[in-house]
Amino acid sequence: MAEKPVYLDHNATTPVDPRVLEFMLPYFTEHFGNASSRSHPYGLEAAHAVEFAREQIASLIGAEAKEIIFTSGATESVNLAMKGVFETYASKGNHIILLETEHKAVMDTASTLEKKGAAVTILKPESNGMIQPDLLEAAIRPDTILIAAMYANNETGVIQPVQAISAIARKNGVLFFTDATQAVGKIPVQVEQDGIDLMAFSAHKMYGPKGVGALYVRRKQPRVKLTAQLDGGGHERGLRSGTLNVPGIVGFGKAAEICKQEMAADTKRLAKLRDKLEHAFLQMEEVQVNGDTNHRLPHVTNITFRYIEGDGLMLGFNQKVAVSSGSACSSALTEPSHVLIAMGLTADQAKSTLRFSLGRYTKEQEIDFAIKAISDTVMKLREISPLWEMYKEGMDLDQFNWPG
Amino acid sequence: MAYSLKVMDHYLHPRCAGSLDEPLQHIGTALVGSPLTGAVIRIQIHVDEDTQMIKAARFKTYGCGYAIATSSLLCEWLTGLSLEDALQIDAQAINYELELPPVKYVCSKLAVKAIRNAIRDYRHKHPVKMAS
Repeated sequence: MAEKPVYLDHNATTPVDPRVLEFMLPYFTEHFGNASSRSHPYGLEAAHAVEFAREQIASLIGAEAKEIIFTSGATESVNLAMKGVFETYASKGNHIILLETEHKAVMDTASTLEKKGAAVTILKPESNGMIQPDLLEAAIRPDTILIAAMYANNETGVIQPVQAISAIARKNGVLFFTDATQAVGKIPVQVEQDGIDLMAFSAHKMYGPKGVGALYVRRKQPRVKLTAQLDGGGHERGLRSGTLNVPGIVGFGKAAEICKQEMAADTKRLAKLRDKLEHAFLQMEEVQVNGDTNHRLPHVTNITFRYIEGDGLMLGFNQKVAVSSGSACSSALTEPSHVLIAMGLTADQAKSTLRFSLGRYTKEQEIDFAIKAISDTVMKLREISPLWEMYKEGMDLDQFNWPG
Repeated sequence: MAYSLKVMDHYLHPRCAGSLDEPLQHIGTALVGSPLTGAVIRIQIHVDEDTQMIKAARFKTYGCGYAIATSSLLCEWLTGLSLEDALQIDAQAINYELELPPVKYVCSKLAVKAIRNAIRDYRHKHPVKMAS
């Protein structure tokens, strides 16, 4: 292929910013020390670099450096937060509340905890993907220890009413954990204002390297305690043993610094491109945007193209435009997205849904190219779709008795 | 999943896609599948009443690339066949021709069901005359 396919899947992962890579490189070779070996200059150098990165990351989210625990990524952070709270606060209770639209890392950690005796309540969002705060308040019990609610959804970009959620948590003396993997670095996430007690996020969603993430753990009002999930050398204040990934952490720090500086400009530019893409698709019939468009990440849109099948749709352009579909990527079988199902879409609607996530290097010409490639496929497939013909003839396909 | 070149060719350049523009009594039609199972195939055949040969076949398919390719290949094969010969087409021949992976054998099975139902529909409209 002459040209690289257009990449509109930044919620899956982002490329490393060259400025980040440049910053990391010396920590593989010259400054290779173990950050725990503080008895000699090699180790000290590495330790200082890690502490500098911790400051950079803390500064992005309005936290103190001591409140940042480095991990291998958001999944590990989620596991540490949820399992760590469950074990530490067992004497207080065993009830955990989460949203039906959570990422699989949160959902699956919750079901593991359920097997270990946790009581789990899963709250259904409104059809716009947002949780009703009243519903959350009503779900709280005397033995509730944790509310897990993601900051912004990976599939729809919908941003939860985080401050309303944290106010309810605070009022009831319950800890509030948020998976902010898609939000940190993209929108102004501030742990104090947002009332967050625990927060998972990772470097590779914000133009940093893969394999490094962080857990924010509040140190005062309240001081959150966790039980470590890895045994070993007691790194990261005893919460996460294992030699620190110094180059990764250094890159994470630099990525956070760049995000902080460029967030406002990036947001403005990407929202404009995203809106262009979305408006173009909405010119076609029977196309819908999923999720609340007023509370949404600026670079994300989730669109259903009705009356064509999802895999068939992807096949038409996936060598030219990289996006995600409304099917779960986590299994070999294509299962419709649990997020879209929770929002009331039918399984076939969920499967004819595409997620577009733009990024720092997305150009307007690429958006124009994607609009054309995808619109052409949609029109071509509708032309040969019996469902489209039936819809055009005025049939109600939801009431139709399919022969099977 | 890697698509065979033949599947891609039929998907990108479907043969016989569309609808037949003939009076309904000359046409056998079948609609099979459901959106929930991931594929809906509609096949129409235009049959010459005297020779019992299929003069033309058309499909419209909602489904993955395999479902579209399967329908396209089948309609290509049907053109010019007698109804008896059309009834002999089995799913395995389609699997072999398109190099379908086993998980997609459901597509060829559905397509074969469609042609059999379409022939039944035509015969229902044109009961076979007893030889005199």
